[in-house]
Amino acid sequence: MTMRVMKVMDGNSATAEAVRQVNPDVVVVQPITPATPIVEKISSFVANGQMDTEIVDVESGQSAISGCIGASAAGGRVFTASASQGLVSMHEILYITASLRLPIVAGVANRALSAPENLYADHSDAMAERNCGWLQFFCENPQEAYDNLIQAYKVAEHMEVRTPVMVSMDGFLTSHSQENLYIEETGEVNEFVGKFNPVFSLLDSEHPVTVGSNAASDYYFEHKVNQLQGMLEARKVIKEVGREFGDRFGRYYGYFEAYKMEDADRAVVLMGSAAGTAKETVDQLRTQGEKVGLLKLRVFRPFPYQELKETLSHLNSIAILDRSFNPGTPGGPLCNEIKAALYDARQKPLVFPYIYGLGGRDIGVNDIAGIFKEIKEKSEKDEIIFEIKYIGLRD
Amino acid sequence: MMTLKELASREDLFAAGHMLCPGCSIPVILKLVLRATQYPLVTSNATGCLEKGTAHFPRSSWKLNWIHTAVGNAPASMSGITAMYRSLKKQGRLPVQKELKFLVIGGDRATYDSGFQSLSGALARREDFVYLCYDNQMCADTGGQSSSATPIGASTTTTPAGDVLPGKLLSRKNISAVIASHNVPYVAQSAPWIWKDLYRKAEKAFEVFGPAYLNVLSPCPNKWKIPASKTIEVAKLAADTCVWPIYEIKDGTDVTVNYKPKQKLPVTQWLKSQARFKHLLTQENKWIVNKIQEEVDKEWDLLLSLEYKNQNKMRDN
Repeated sequence: MTMRVMKVMDGNSATAEAVRQVNPDVVVVQPITPATPIVEKISSFVANGQMDTEIVDVESGQSAISGCIGASAAGGRVFTASASQGLVSMHEILYITASLRLPIVAGVANRALSAPENLYADHSDAMAERNCGWLQFFCENPQEAYDNLIQAYKVAEHMEVRTPVMVSMDGFLTSHSQENLYIEETGEVNEFVGKFNPVFSLLDSEHPVTVGSNAASDYYFEHKVNQLQGMLEARKVIKEVGREFGDRFGRYYGYFEAYKMEDADRAVVLMGSAAGTAKETVDQLRTQGEKVGLLKLRVFRPFPYQELKETLSHLNSIAILDRSFNPGTPGGPLCNEIKAALYDARQKPLVFPYIYGLGGRDIGVNDIAGIFKEIKEKSEKDEIIFEIKYIGLRD
Repeated sequence: MMTLKELASREDLFAAGHMLCPGCSIPVILKLVLRATQYPLVTSNATGCLEKGTAHFPRSSWKLNWIHTAVGNAPASMSGITAMYRSLKKQGRLPVQKELKFLVIGGDRATYDSGFQSLSGALARREDFVYLCYDNQMCADTGGQSSSATPIGASTTTTPAGDVLPGKLLSRKNISAVIASHNVPYVAQSAPWIWKDLYRKAEKAFEVFGPAYLNVLSPCPNKWKIPASKTIEVAKLAADTCVWPIYEIKDGTDVTVNYKPKQKLPVTQWLKSQARFKHLLTQENKWIVNKIQEEVDKEWDLLLSLEYKNQNKMRDN
C-alpha cells in the first residue's frame, strides 16, 4: 500500500519536491524567472539537511549547463532549472550535452523570449531548443510537473537512451499556481527511479577517457547518427516508463492524452496548461451535442508522428494551437510537425493553424469554443486556411 | 629541486604524435605542468589549438581524464566535475578511492575573452583547481586573429598592418593582475624558457588549496612568424626586454619578481625578433614603439615597487 499524501503545491514546489526525493548528486543553480523558486527551494532543502546534494551556484545560463556537463561526465546524477533567456543562453551547450549522451534532467518554466522583455508564459524558449537533441516533456499542471520529473530521470538514465530530458511547464500559469496533487513516498520514488549507473566517469583515474573530441568529415556524420539512437530508443522507453509509473502510482502516461477523442469529429491539439481550459470547453460543447475532443501532447521530442497520425487522421478537422512564435513559416512548430505527420495518411483532416497566449496572454473557454465553431464552419464549406490565426490579439 | 633527468623519467601523460605545429610551445609547457603533480589529474580543456591538436577523433594524446566542450565554459565545466567529486567522495561512491587534482587549460582567447566570465565565476567560488593559460597572444587556432591578449602594434589578420593602420591600436589586457584581484591564493607568470621556474610554479599551484592561475607565454612560430627552432629563444627575449615579466602573486597582493635581467634590453629587440612587428620599425610608427616601451617600463617598475613593498612587509613581520 503506497503511503501517498495529498498536498497543495505550485509547479515549482512540485518540481523541487521531486528533485528532493530523487536527490541528485549535484544541482547547478542560477536564478531565472519564473523557474527561480525551484532552485531556491532546493537550496533551502540543502541548507536544512533535507537533501545532501552538492550545489554549484553559477553566474549564467551557459555556466549552469556547462556545470551540469562536467558533473554528469564525472559520473553522477544532475539537475538544473531554467527558463526563457537563461535557457536560450544555454543553446550552444545544450547541443553538446545531447551529443555527449549525458542523462541530465532540467526543469523549465516556459516563458516568452525578449524583445520586448516579458516574464510570462509561452513556449518559445523550449521551442527554440527543439532540435538540440534533448527529449522534451510538457506538463499541464503541478501534478504532471512532479510526475514527469520523476519519469524523466528513469527515461534519461535508461542505458539505451542516455539522453538529456527537459521537463517544461508553463511559467506562472503552472509554475506559480497552486493545486492539489499527490506526493508519493520518497522510498517508492527512489525504488522507481533506481540507482545511477555511470557509463564512464572523469573521476575514474584507472580508466582515463577523452570526452568531447573534434571529428572532421570522416567521422562527424557517424557520431550524429549514433547520437540519434538514444532518441529513437526513447520512443519505446517513454511508453514503458509511463506504464510502469501508472502501475506503481496509479497515474498512467503516454506520448499524449486523448480527451474525449473516441467519437470526435473535430479536435484541438495543444500542449501545456491551456489543456485544462480546453477540457472544460470540450465538456461544455459535448453537453450541446458537439462531437469535439482534445489532444494534449506530452512528448514533443521524440515527436510521436506515427501515433499522432493514427489518432488524428480520421478526424474531419483539427485546430492546432501553438504557444510560440515561429516567424516565416505556415504555423507554429507543433502545427508544422503534425502536418508533416499527416502528409502520408490516406485520409486526413483539414488542419487550421492558430497561435495563442504569447507573452502570457490569457486564453479562455470562449476563445476555444470560438475556434471549434470556426473550424466547423470552415470545414463545412471545405475552406482551407493557410493563414495563421492569432487568438486574443488586439486589432 | 627536480633535475631535468628526474622529470623526464616521470610518466608522460601527454602522448607523442599530436597535431600541434612544429616548434609550438604548448607541448613544452604542458609536459612540465603535467609532471608537477603526482596525483591523478582531471582536465577541462577549452576549445583552441591544444584541443584541436590533441583530440582529433579517433585519436587522443591524453593519458588522463580529459573533457572539452566549448571555448567559453571550461572553468564552469570543471566546477561541475569538482562538485561531483565532493558529492561522490562524501557518499563513499568514488570510482577509485584516490585523491585527485584538477586542471583547466585554455588559450588566451578562451581565458582573457570568451571564457572570462566563466573563469571569474569559478574563481569567486574558490574552486580548488589549477588554471593554465597558454598565452600565444592571439587566436592562433582560427588563423591568427587579434584577442585582448594581443599586444599593441601587432599585425594580426583582424588588425593587419596596412597603408593606413599600423596593426593593433589597443594595448593588451593585464590578465594576471585581473586574476590576482580576485584574491586567489596563487597567480604566476612564467614561460617555457625558464623551465625550473615554470615547474616550481606548477607544483606550487597544485599544492595550494583553492584556485591557482598560471599565465604562460607560448610563442607561436606559425603566427608570430618566427622559425620553429626559435620558440624558446624568443620567449627568453620577452623576459629580457621585460615584455613578459616572470613573477608570482600570493594571496592577491604579495608580489615576487622571479627573474630580473642583468641588462634590461630595449623592446625593439623583442619587436625585431618577429615578423608580426616588422612594420613598427619604421620612422612613422616610432610612436608605437615608444608607447610599447613606456608601457613595459611602467609595468616593470610597478612590479618592482610591489615586490619591494612585499619584502618590507615580510621584514616587518
